[in-house]
Amino acid sequence: MKPPVLMKKGAEASLYLAVWHGRKVIIKKRLPKQYRPSELDMQIRTYRTIHEPQLMHEAKMAGVPTPTIFLVDLKNASIIMEYVEGEQIKRLLNRVSKNERQHLCFNIGELTGLLHEYGVIHGDLTTSNMILNSEGKIFFVDFGLGEKNKELEARGVDLHLMKRALQSTHFRFADECFDAVIEGYASVLRTEVLRNVLDKIKEIEKRGRYVAERRERE
Amino acid sequence: MLKDAKITMKKTDKAYCLGIESTADDFGVGISTFNGEILANVRSDYVPPEGGIHPREAARHHAEVAGKALEEAFTKSKTKPKNLAAIAFSQGPGLGPCLRTGATVSRALSSYLDLPLVGVNHCVAHIEIGKLKTGAVDPVTLYVSGGNTLVAAFEGGRYRVFGETLDIALGNCLDVFAREAGLRQASGMPFGAVIEKLAMDGEKLIPLPYAVKGMDLSLSGLLTAAVNLFKKGRCRLEDLCYSLQETAFSMVTEVTERALAHTEKKEVLLTGGVASNRRLQSMINVIAKEHKAKFCVVPSEFAVDNGAMVAWTGALAYMQGVVTPVEKSFVKLRWRLEEVEVPWVK
Repeated sequence: MKPPVLMKKGAEASLYLAVWHGRKVIIKKRLPKQYRPSELDMQIRTYRTIHEPQLMHEAKMAGVPTPTIFLVDLKNASIIMEYVEGEQIKRLLNRVSKNERQHLCFNIGELTGLLHEYGVIHGDLTTSNMILNSEGKIFFVDFGLGEKNKELEARGVDLHLMKRALQSTHFRFADECFDAVIEGYASVLRTEVLRNVLDKIKEIEKRGRYVAERRERE
Repeated sequence: MLKDAKITMKKTDKAYCLGIESTADDFGVGISTFNGEILANVRSDYVPPEGGIHPREAARHHAEVAGKALEEAFTKSKTKPKNLAAIAFSQGPGLGPCLRTGATVSRALSSYLDLPLVGVNHCVAHIEIGKLKTGAVDPVTLYVSGGNTLVAAFEGGRYRVFGETLDIALGNCLDVFAREAGLRQASGMPFGAVIEKLAMDGEKLIPLPYAVKGMDLSLSGLLTAAVNLFKKGRCRLEDLCYSLQETAFSMVTEVTERALAHTEKKEVLLTGGVASNRRLQSMINVIAKEHKAKFCVVPSEFAVDNGAMVAWTGALAYMQGVVTPVEKSFVKLRWRLEEVEVPWVK
């Protein structure tokens, strides 16, 4: 067996590419963070290592592709999961045609809708956490900040974070992307739920600091 | 802001930019050259007798000290008003009455001396002075103060906010806890420093809510929980200060690390009033090392609100031909960082 190769050193965890029982796998290891006290560190790492696979499983039930979990090792705060062969949406989005971009975003919106409908909040819906595989399926990864929650507030924040991520990473076409996401989202959810979520997003935006809508009231 | 054709700086005796800062409790006057030499940085901070900053009282303080601060800045820098090329001022974001006082002083100067006005975004100014003073070129910035808590980095002509607080600012969280716990602050020993000192004697980590949501974070629940625990009276104040610091700082550090990993930039800049906290510095230093990035912390004098940062940012903007006509010099209380184009970067 070849030794694991460090593929990505994320902020929260390191991803290793390895071969495990003949399969290409990703080992996601939450390494101790030296900057925080060890009690707090253990608490955060254990919590996220338990919850992430649970949420990935729930996501599958909702119809959202996620890597298959093979092993959860709490002691080392690591998860062994399927390696999804494909490309990050983050890298793809700035490169493809407008049509393809809208198609991808619509698809992302649909998947987010399915997820929310099922009561799962992803918690970090950035385009680096979505992978397009060779069959054209989009996989959602990194549920480390997710939660089970059916409240409007959580859904609103989830979508708001995606909007913010689009604005910071794909600022040239953030608006058209987010519109397509919402279109896809709308195709999954019931109209009254959708309206409530959209109102919630507006409310959350107004809650933010120094936003135009709030400024107008002054 | 209007953008005229680029102004080419001729060698004249008009070689300085004066900057006025008055977004909150500090009134500052700075004088900078167009090469980034800070010749004066005069500050006068308003310390409320009790409670938080009352905007009107702070504004009254600013109006009272403005004349003296300007005079001192000219004396210290050995410059004369006739040597100025532009008047820069903090146009926002901040507290209305305070901002208006600074803007009024700036407009008066600009009109009397017949000099162009340059409206500067307070958050941009914090980043620019940080870069100037630490030599950072393209950092991920963690800006933590009484009014702001955000992680930003340059991309596509602007400083983009990668993560920020969803409710209160980090400095605000510490201040309110300190006040609720009956602590006293003094000039030169703000609440943050009082808490930092107490936290050094903390021994036990008390569990408090840890709320990182994607790149954003929330501090209000943490504050409420800490205040409630204090009121119950079963925890040592030192332990509470320690736990509050550890939890809150871990949150901002986690978000900063996420931005660092996401942008893959090679510098981290720590600025704002809370930047002088040693414990926070050490945490950010750890993640910088881990991501092979250079850790830069702004010296205290320039990390807190100050006039020099406004003067220098004004100078940068003015060199690009950015000036603010008087009729557009109204203050902007909620002026977001990413609304501002920064044509002088790259």
